[in-house]
Amino acid sequence: MKASSPALALVLVLIAADASAQKNPRPRPPAAAAVAEAPALMFVGATVHTGTGEVITDASVVVSQGKITQIGKNVSAPGAQTVSAKGMVITPGLVDPLTAVGLVEVDLEDSTHDDHQGGADPIRAGFRAADGYNPASVVIPVIRAEGLTSVGVVPRGGLFSGQSAWADLDGATAAEALAGTATALHVHLGVGADGGHATAVLRVREAFDDARAFQKNRAGWERNQSRRFAPSRLDLEALVGALDGKLPVVFHVDRAADILSALALSRELQLRPVIAGGAEAWKVARELAAAKVPVLVYPFEQVTSFDAIGARDDNAARLFAAGVAVGISTGATHGARKLRQVAGNAVRAGLPYEAALAAITRVPAEALGMGGRYGTLAVGKVANLVVWSGDPLELSTRAVEVVIRGRKVSLRSRQTALFERYRTLSR
Amino acid sequence: MPRLLRLAVPALALALGCAGTVPPPAPLLAQAPRPILPPPPWQLHGSIAEGWEGKIPASPPVVIHGATLMLGTGKTIERGTIILDKGKIAVVAEGDLPAPTGSIVIDGTGKFVTPGLIDTHSHIGVNPMIGTVGGEDTNEASNPSTPEALTADAFWTQDPSIERAVAGGVTAVQVLPGSANLIGGRAFTIKLRPGASAREMHVGGAPDGLKMACGENPKRVYGQERHGAPMTRMGNLAGQRAAFLKARKLREQWARWSDEESRRLEGDSRKRATYDAKREDRVRRDAYCHQTGEPDPCDTWRKQWRDQPLEDPPVSQPVAPPDRDPGTETLVAALEGRVLVHVHCYRADDMMAMLALADEVGFRVRSFHHALEAYKIRDVLAARQIAVSTWSDWWGFKMESFDGIPENAALVSESGGRAVIHSDSFEGIQRLNQEASKAMASGRRSGIDVSEGEALRWVTSNPAWALGVDHRMGSLEPGKDADVVLWSHSPFSVYALAEKVWIDGALAYERGKPPWSDFELGQEPPPTPPLPASPGPFDPPRSPVLLPSPGGRP
Repeated sequence: MKASSPALALVLVLIAADASAQKNPRPRPPAAAAVAEAPALMFVGATVHTGTGEVITDASVVVSQGKITQIGKNVSAPGAQTVSAKGMVITPGLVDPLTAVGLVEVDLEDSTHDDHQGGADPIRAGFRAADGYNPASVVIPVIRAEGLTSVGVVPRGGLFSGQSAWADLDGATAAEALAGTATALHVHLGVGADGGHATAVLRVREAFDDARAFQKNRAGWERNQSRRFAPSRLDLEALVGALDGKLPVVFHVDRAADILSALALSRELQLRPVIAGGAEAWKVARELAAAKVPVLVYPFEQVTSFDAIGARDDNAARLFAAGVAVGISTGATHGARKLRQVAGNAVRAGLPYEAALAAITRVPAEALGMGGRYGTLAVGKVANLVVWSGDPLELSTRAVEVVIRGRKVSLRSRQTALFERYRTLSR
Repeated sequence: MPRLLRLAVPALALALGCAGTVPPPAPLLAQAPRPILPPPPWQLHGSIAEGWEGKIPASPPVVIHGATLMLGTGKTIERGTIILDKGKIAVVAEGDLPAPTGSIVIDGTGKFVTPGLIDTHSHIGVNPMIGTVGGEDTNEASNPSTPEALTADAFWTQDPSIERAVAGGVTAVQVLPGSANLIGGRAFTIKLRPGASAREMHVGGAPDGLKMACGENPKRVYGQERHGAPMTRMGNLAGQRAAFLKARKLREQWARWSDEESRRLEGDSRKRATYDAKREDRVRRDAYCHQTGEPDPCDTWRKQWRDQPLEDPPVSQPVAPPDRDPGTETLVAALEGRVLVHVHCYRADDMMAMLALADEVGFRVRSFHHALEAYKIRDVLAARQIAVSTWSDWWGFKMESFDGIPENAALVSESGGRAVIHSDSFEGIQRLNQEASKAMASGRRSGIDVSEGEALRWVTSNPAWALGVDHRMGSLEPGKDADVVLWSHSPFSVYALAEKVWIDGALAYERGKPPWSDFELGQEPPPTPPLPASPGPFDPPRSPVLLPSPGGRP
């Protein structure tokens, strides 16, 4: 792409920086002080599921300086603090890609919501969840204790809801916590779109057409020598990021017909699509596999609307069997604590076990463009991992240690504090 | 009543052979029954429900042997035999027992059997899974107090969530109105077998429930959204108090009516007795006169009789009863314990305020629902024997759910209270066993000793008690309804599937069979894939599985 003006060049650099955080992370990765304080850790004797399908028994994992430095059977790390994980299981930290963590404290309390731009304009591509992210949310410690180490922080509302962020569930400031401030652009094609499905497709195409024209003639637009565009400047800039392939576009759709619409639009506009929800995705599994489009499903999704009338428990299993990259989300915020139960239910419905683990670790990271640094246990990757007392998908299992960027994080929360206060009744 | 008073008068008079002189006896009214409020015609109890009981399909006896029997009483039999016959559990025993001839024999080796799960809180059929404007019948939100509303009148038998709940091992649920209203209406308890109507699915003899709500919902629906009452928790309690005071007044009116009507009938009785005595006297004398034929004093008597004929015993007009008022009568039934009170309430202080109201106006709370802060007042709830219907880990969706903790059920249970895991959700109802399992695990993680037997009670015998059906449901015991689930794994495992579910001894669900809801016909359901070979219990593959990679750049 050519930058025809200094201003445009700057904007594009900023967008690029946001969009491909793994290449050019912004804001900076974990606070240097925190990393320096954290000792190197060596977890010994565990069954390690790397998230790629590989399982290593009686293995060790070494983390240092926020990264995974060694992994395997015969490792030594002089100076590292040894943590016995004998008989335990280590997986990558769990990732729920579609939450409003850090954006919503209490669902029915509007004053606690930072998850939408507001207003009547359905085009909100410029809205960034990162700008409202609250790293002190009481939700964070609760879901972290269930083995989640990162979440997609997703805006809601409108046709284009805005851009999601990638948050690691630690850090005192948003700058520390957010490893990606603009990871994906979110679009809603399904039921609820004002005017229906066709209107949604119409507006999406119009918005991208405008963004294409804006991209080609930014200089003219700056000199007021351009036709009027439907989206605002900030929206256009975000849309350009998607057209450039820097921002994956997450289409929130359920109906098979709309999934095909999303695929067609993506082909036409050369987008990087991800399907979110996809209650009926199993019906078009072959098309999704051929287009190599990942699908982030909600395995608890029900036949709640005519869009989702084909919802099935084995959606994930069928998609996987057809060769689609399947990620799993709770689609919840407070309920993100249920992520492993949700994945366990996908296994119950036929999804292979390792695919289910990948669906809550590797696949969402890759789908959101964070796969270079997150999602698997591999040397050089960010040291987000969990030590489990047993099968992480089983209900009786607990997270024994949760490690985020190489640091063991606290498993306490406001809920454990309430429990302790009321452990004995003083009345 | 008044018609009875005039029975058979001419016949008796003729029999005596001296019509006109000797008056007929007054009709029978010896034992004037005390008038009571007759049951409302719309009540579910009685013959309608019996119709359902008679519709239980015949099934040969079913014998499951070799399975782990988790009884729902707290006990477990490692390798046992259970026999279902004629809709009831016939035998529960250790070891193998010979199967009666002609029975269906099922090898349960490695599998688990539990009572059918029971959900105290469902909106199945009234808040259907498929969300449509036309099908939504949860809240009669036209008035904050609608005790006259009956979920049975709105129940959609084709709600696709019914069969999904059965597929999750649930066999009975209470169908409640929603919580928009302070007093939402009457709930009823059904078994989850296909039926043409609510009444066909109703559990005969099960007491109805009264749904009430504390806290935010009525405030939001009426105060916030409509600028009406109630706008605050003060308004909530005031509205409920007013409704129950009205019910007490109606009960007093009925009692007064009953007294007045009794007095009237007693008065009629007394007058008739006086009349009868006089008449008896004349009959006796008349007979004497006939016998002796003496004119004295017979002529005098006869003259007297002619001059002063006995008046018919007067029949008074019945006292008009109070107007029928199904809503207020429902509250009267709640005051009298004939309808069980179920209150949607989250905060500890809300529950305490509701208990104060209950004491003040005179009803008992059978179960608090949701009750996320029950752990803070678990001593009170245990002492009052109030069941706590709650979730395992749902929280944070509104202010009154902010203090929910996953140990809630375990703490209540530990304190001797009756914990119940309920769903309030067409999604959660498919996994009640998992929810109980999580609640148990959360308790154990925090050092509370919860046995699997106890945790199973949270979804079987405890909800049965909360719904007043524990005499026939909620445990595997001879004589109880044959509502039984065969699980592929321990019901506390995430991998457990209900393979077969029997309701009243008849197979209600079998994995792989097509759904029964009419709604889902024609939706191209593809064949259900076979059971996963061995899902879990954590059996990592020997060689790495290569997973497909998503498209685009990593």
